[in-house]
Amino acid sequence: MIRRRKIINKLALFFCFLTALWGLFWLTFILFDIIRHGITALTPSLFLNEPTPPGIPGGGLKHALIGHLLITLTATLIGVPVGILGGTFLAEYGRNYKISRIISFIADIMISIPAIIVGTFVFAFMVKPMGHFSGLAGGVSLAIIMIPIIVRTTENMLSLVPWTLREAAFALGAPYYKVIFQVVYRGAGVGIFTGVILAIARVAGEAAPLLFTSFNNAYTTYNIFQPMASLTVTIFQYAMGPYEDWHKQAWGASFLITLFILLLAIVGRYLVRLKFKA
Amino acid sequence: MLSNKKQYYFNLFFFFVTASSAFVVILVVVGIFLVLFKEAFPAISRYGIIRFIFSSSWDPVREIFGGAVPLVGTLTTSFLALIVAVPVALGIAVFITEVAPKRLGEIIGMAIELLAAIPSIIYGMWGLFTLAPLQAKYIEPFLQNLLGGIPLLGRLFSGNTLGIDIFTASIILSIMITPFTAAVARDAFLVVPPVLKESAYGMGATKWEVIKDVVFPYCKMSILGGIGLSLGRALGETMAVAFVLGNLNQFPTSLFSPTATVTVKLANEFTEADKDIHLAALFYLAFLLFIMSLTILGVSKYFIHKTQKK
Amino acid sequence: MKKMLTFLILAVFVLSFLVFWKGAEGASEGKLINGAGATFPYPLYSAWASDYHKATGVKINYQPIGSGGGIRQITERTVDFGASDMPLKPEEIEKKKLLQFPTVIGGVVIAYNLPEIGNKRLVLDGETLCKIYLGEIKTWNDPQIKALNPKLNLPYKPITPVYRSDGSGTTSIFTHYLSDVCPKWAKEIGSGTSVNFRAGIGAKGNEGVANYVKRTPYSLGYVEYAYALQNKIMVSDLKNRKGKVVSPTPESFKEAAKTSDLRAEKHFYAWMTNAEGEKAWPIVGATYILLAKERPQINKQVIKFFDWAYKNGDQRALELYYIPLPAEVKAKIREYWKAHGIY
Repeated sequence: MIRRRKIINKLALFFCFLTALWGLFWLTFILFDIIRHGITALTPSLFLNEPTPPGIPGGGLKHALIGHLLITLTATLIGVPVGILGGTFLAEYGRNYKISRIISFIADIMISIPAIIVGTFVFAFMVKPMGHFSGLAGGVSLAIIMIPIIVRTTENMLSLVPWTLREAAFALGAPYYKVIFQVVYRGAGVGIFTGVILAIARVAGEAAPLLFTSFNNAYTTYNIFQPMASLTVTIFQYAMGPYEDWHKQAWGASFLITLFILLLAIVGRYLVRLKFKA
Repeated sequence: MLSNKKQYYFNLFFFFVTASSAFVVILVVVGIFLVLFKEAFPAISRYGIIRFIFSSSWDPVREIFGGAVPLVGTLTTSFLALIVAVPVALGIAVFITEVAPKRLGEIIGMAIELLAAIPSIIYGMWGLFTLAPLQAKYIEPFLQNLLGGIPLLGRLFSGNTLGIDIFTASIILSIMITPFTAAVARDAFLVVPPVLKESAYGMGATKWEVIKDVVFPYCKMSILGGIGLSLGRALGETMAVAFVLGNLNQFPTSLFSPTATVTVKLANEFTEADKDIHLAALFYLAFLLFIMSLTILGVSKYFIHKTQKK
Repeated sequence: MKKMLTFLILAVFVLSFLVFWKGAEGASEGKLINGAGATFPYPLYSAWASDYHKATGVKINYQPIGSGGGIRQITERTVDFGASDMPLKPEEIEKKKLLQFPTVIGGVVIAYNLPEIGNKRLVLDGETLCKIYLGEIKTWNDPQIKALNPKLNLPYKPITPVYRSDGSGTTSIFTHYLSDVCPKWAKEIGSGTSVNFRAGIGAKGNEGVANYVKRTPYSLGYVEYAYALQNKIMVSDLKNRKGKVVSPTPESFKEAAKTSDLRAEKHFYAWMTNAEGEKAWPIVGATYILLAKERPQINKQVIKFFDWAYKNGDQRALELYYIPLPAEVKAKIREYWKAHGIY
């Protein structure tokens, strides 16, 4: 009887070990593939050239690199302030209101909302009235995805600051905003920064919301009121096409994006561990 | 140093600024609901609710639109993905918290989180260029030869082994959503009171029995919540699936059939629907997906929330 | 530490502001023209745009999203011009307040992936194509296909027909042809940019279809000829209306175009499928540009590009197996432009 239970025990735990291997296997397989295909595509022309007409080799991703950077930058400039301020309200001023719990809950849900839905929404309320696609609309759709993430991480990080610190500042006669700026933000700074980094890592890889907002552009442009290319949409376009040259560039772009995002994610996690070790 | 009066007003100002920022979250949700509903309205009024959900023809020429196939496709791919992802995720969470030494557990935990960080379009690329050909050449024919002969079950493995089908899409999806359940489960397992586990050990239980009969029941709600979270994510995935599903508006007859999901349909047809009613029908699908996601995610978060309060 | 962070944040804000400012200023009117639509002429428009940019410095940003997309986006006025291989009927043009004119003619071919027959040409006809896409002919060695190809060694393998999952003018040309030669198709499926295909897998854009056919053995798909040419995919011969087997060549495309009736009064609405000629290729169509009537400034800029292309782009077109419009048609188009005050 005990033998049987012991065997079941060993089997079950072995199964769990296998699942961990399964997860690691896919991770290594996918990363390996991206590196293998992407490294060969990293030529100077990939970074410096603009795309050529289909079928003609020598095209590059300059337009997509710059476009993607600008769109992500726009999203960050819109999303980060709104997110941090929102999280501040939930953790500070709005601490005692019921509405804050509701907003917090909704934000949590919105983190996992289908990104393509956000794209259709921004198309309807920004692209159509404006009369054209724009990098700005793309930035706005990414910002909409970023804001709930940053609101929640900010709220969590601010809540970790002990209340006694605030009380000490109040006792010295400081108004609430001063308490927030000089005590709470100071204490939670690294945590908030980490949240921002993780949010950027998340939206930098999005493609679906950009399909209907920033659309695409065959040229490099710095004008966010015009349609803009992005690495992710270009990957989508090139991967679905028949040209070998396009496929190679798509792998190159995939490699760059994955590298960027994984670096951000690792830096973010590392910062979290540092902060909590202290 | 500002005067007291100025400080008071700035404080008030800052209060409103932060309150409005927080309010943006509600604004966005309500905004999406209203805008999607408005754009979908021509289709809603023309096709009704029940008829649209249960009708399977998507015919832009005849202007007959029914969302049954993409809705079923979305649900099927997500459930198939869950069938694989949930046991794996629980296994990983158990491994990290109960089996592996602390350092190793942390490293594996971090590796699994990296899986979640990989953007879905990268999964799509990899799926199209690496997995689908492997499926078409080796895996699917192998499965078909091995299991195709079995009555009833064999039907699942019939059909043309193209690699562009619901099977490949579900595999990719399952890899993508495993980290979500794993993370929630791991967090839940870590807060099980040690005293509960110790008393079980004290009675002579094996490790697995402790996990099965103490940890799992204790974390029931969280696990359900984690599963719901993964489901919510799977429902909304576009890019990972768009490359390998085939966008065929027909119910899948086997694992090796191409089919369509709401997100893949939107990605393919949205900017290109030339008839207004076609676009409205697409918005209708988007609206339904939005409601579905909100509901499932809401319920899951609620479960997780309730257990955290303890 | 805190000072460095604040400095960093301020620097980011200032830099971004500068970039956005410069960006918004840098793009003056007419320097960037946005168009979207058919993938059918994309290789050609892209080549023309590249040449035009070298000649004049003006950027034509053309996005191949399918004819349905071209029609949709110009209707919503979210682009400067739309492109579609499916011509809009005159009533629709009036209703949407658009202008429409053709740019070039191209042929739709049947690309296939059949390793067994190597370099030998497959022969098909309208009825067989019809049945393949209806799912009634399921394998390559079906008697109907064998009858057209008595000398070929056709395998017992399932056919995967590939179609367009997006709103496509190429689909409209192809289905217009099928509706013409196949009463069952006309009755049950019909023609348009997006139809209810019953069998096979869907791909996005001409390039998507070409991609799937290239990589998937035993598949078959309809594409604009340039895509098969550029990617070295085998294409079939077809039996035309007169019962003759023709190959897709500029000559057979021209034969089909001869019979078409492009007139300004109808906004150049015309079909060229299933043409009468002995040597005519059965699936040919013109591709069109759509403009918003109420935007003369933008339209003038767009016209400049296509006028330039009519004058200088014929060579490029022929290189890619497109058929330039005959001189009489080009003259009619210029009259049309003049009549609407944009030339």
